[in-house]
Amino acid sequence: MKKLILAIFLVNFLVGCASNKPKEEAAAPVSNAAAAVDTSAADAQAAADAQAAAEAQTARQAVADEMAALQSKNSVYFPFDVDAVQAADRDTILLHAQFLAAHPSVTVRVAGNADERGSSEYNLALGQRRAENTKRALVLGGADAMQIETISFGEEKPRCNDHNEACWSQNRRADINYNAQ
Amino acid sequence: MIVRWIVLCLLLFAAPARAELNIEITGAGEHQTPLSLVRFGGDPLIAQSLLEVVGSDLARTGLFRLVDPAGRLPHSVSEVRPAEWAGTETLLLGSIEEVDGGQLAVRFSLFDVVRNAELMAQVVTAKRPHLRAIAHRIADLVYERLTGSPGVFSTRIVYVNRDQGSFRLVVADSDGYGEQSLLTSKEPIISPAWSPDGRQIAYVSFERQRAMVYVQSIDSAQRRLLAEFPGSNSAPVWSPDGTRLALVLTRDGSSNLYLVGRDGQGLRRITRGYQIDTEPAFTADGQNLLFTSDRGGSPQIYRLSLADETVTRLTFESGSAFSPRVAPDGKGFVFSLFKEGVFYIAVQDFDGAQTQILTGGGWEKKPSFAPNGKMILFATEMSGRGILATVSSDGRVKQKMVAQRGDIREPMWGPFPK
Repeated sequence: MKKLILAIFLVNFLVGCASNKPKEEAAAPVSNAAAAVDTSAADAQAAADAQAAAEAQTARQAVADEMAALQSKNSVYFPFDVDAVQAADRDTILLHAQFLAAHPSVTVRVAGNADERGSSEYNLALGQRRAENTKRALVLGGADAMQIETISFGEEKPRCNDHNEACWSQNRRADINYNAQ
Repeated sequence: MIVRWIVLCLLLFAAPARAELNIEITGAGEHQTPLSLVRFGGDPLIAQSLLEVVGSDLARTGLFRLVDPAGRLPHSVSEVRPAEWAGTETLLLGSIEEVDGGQLAVRFSLFDVVRNAELMAQVVTAKRPHLRAIAHRIADLVYERLTGSPGVFSTRIVYVNRDQGSFRLVVADSDGYGEQSLLTSKEPIISPAWSPDGRQIAYVSFERQRAMVYVQSIDSAQRRLLAEFPGSNSAPVWSPDGTRLALVLTRDGSSNLYLVGRDGQGLRRITRGYQIDTEPAFTADGQNLLFTSDRGGSPQIYRLSLADETVTRLTFESGSAFSPRVAPDGKGFVFSLFKEGVFYIAVQDFDGAQTQILTGGGWEKKPSFAPNGKMILFATEMSGRGILATVSSDGRVKQKMVAQRGDIREPMWGPFPK
């Protein structure tokens, strides 16, 4: 049953992705730099270098800003004892998948978590599966598997410590964390 | 009457006499043996300390009713007048002698005043700082003589103490004294497991930001990484002969069971497939693994034969079952049962298959047997704090052990001292 839910979701997911393929933008600053060499004057060269550096800096900043924005919405949530990524998190997955596809040098670590209802070891395993399924959804959305590492904290790092569903629902999640560039 | 004097030399490491766990006992055994502990002869302060430890050990079992000796102070069997001891059945009496180099020689007898017969007579010697160890040893011998099972008062337990974002891996005496920290970390520690010789602890630490399995010597504090494969490395447990460990890796996809030599060599995959298989526990003969798996839908306990890798389902609970550990006599196992939102500690025989719930329910997790099979140690919660608890394997006697600071989790009872 869990596999089936995942399969249905992923089919929808792929259909959704097909028309959404991200465009390559990383090459733009390089062609500007190449054009600058043709001017051949030293001052112009320096100015162009400075401009290229500034543009590269701007581009890096833009990527960093985008990453920061993504990092602020980086959790997907799961029902009790379920490890399939839910349709409700489709947009979150797509945003991250598209960003990863557009920036192949960026890597993430997906950390799975579980609520406290289970043993620590079972929850560690469940969290690992949630992380793995989140990774699969990201790959189906366009990310490369090599960009994504999966780990689990099980029930060991709860976001919320009370014994109730409001709390548990926050703890049953996978977090997509961007590694420092 | 044959009197046998046996000298036992205890080679033990010094431990501070401070209780890190406060113990509360409820319930009583079906039959409580009336027992009088007579203050031993010799230094009265040492005698008092000794008898307090022996008394508290024996009282915790719920099997004895301690009868006040009311001022009578026989120090040897020849001084006992049985007619004076109506209301009790058995006397523990003896004397303490300081011998050369700070050694204490504690001579004790167990005397049956109903039948007017000496039940046992022994001498335990150890250095004075090990007074608690002497007392535990005496309690072990008294317990064994009166119940037929070896006592576990000289054994140790391991657990994780979590306090304000700091995690400590701790080994302590079974009464909570003599706490020794093996590791302090800002990251979680789970699943500590004793080696059969009681000298090493295998555990899972997240200190490198994911679950890896370490093995650490208790006395030297030396440790090594046993498993650091991609993904999670977890749930280590030693085989009964100590030559290998079972553990769980996710390196090939889902959580599956593996065996590895104690030197980290000879990794062998045991289960395959997309399901979760975790929490392996060897049977007493080392030929099978019990484990938790969700292969049937909900998490339940299964048994796998290492000879042919056939798998048998053992629990059929309406809820879920976790964390199996095999009883020392090999006849059954204990596990944590999750039913209608509540965790219970339950036992089940291998033949018969009837589940017996031993506890009242709560956040009761990670049970393990005392090495004599008479008690079960587990983690639970009281007033929002993680604590340790024990229950006798017949469910009658319960204890709670509260840490002075923070939560206690992930306990396991150690083996008999070697």
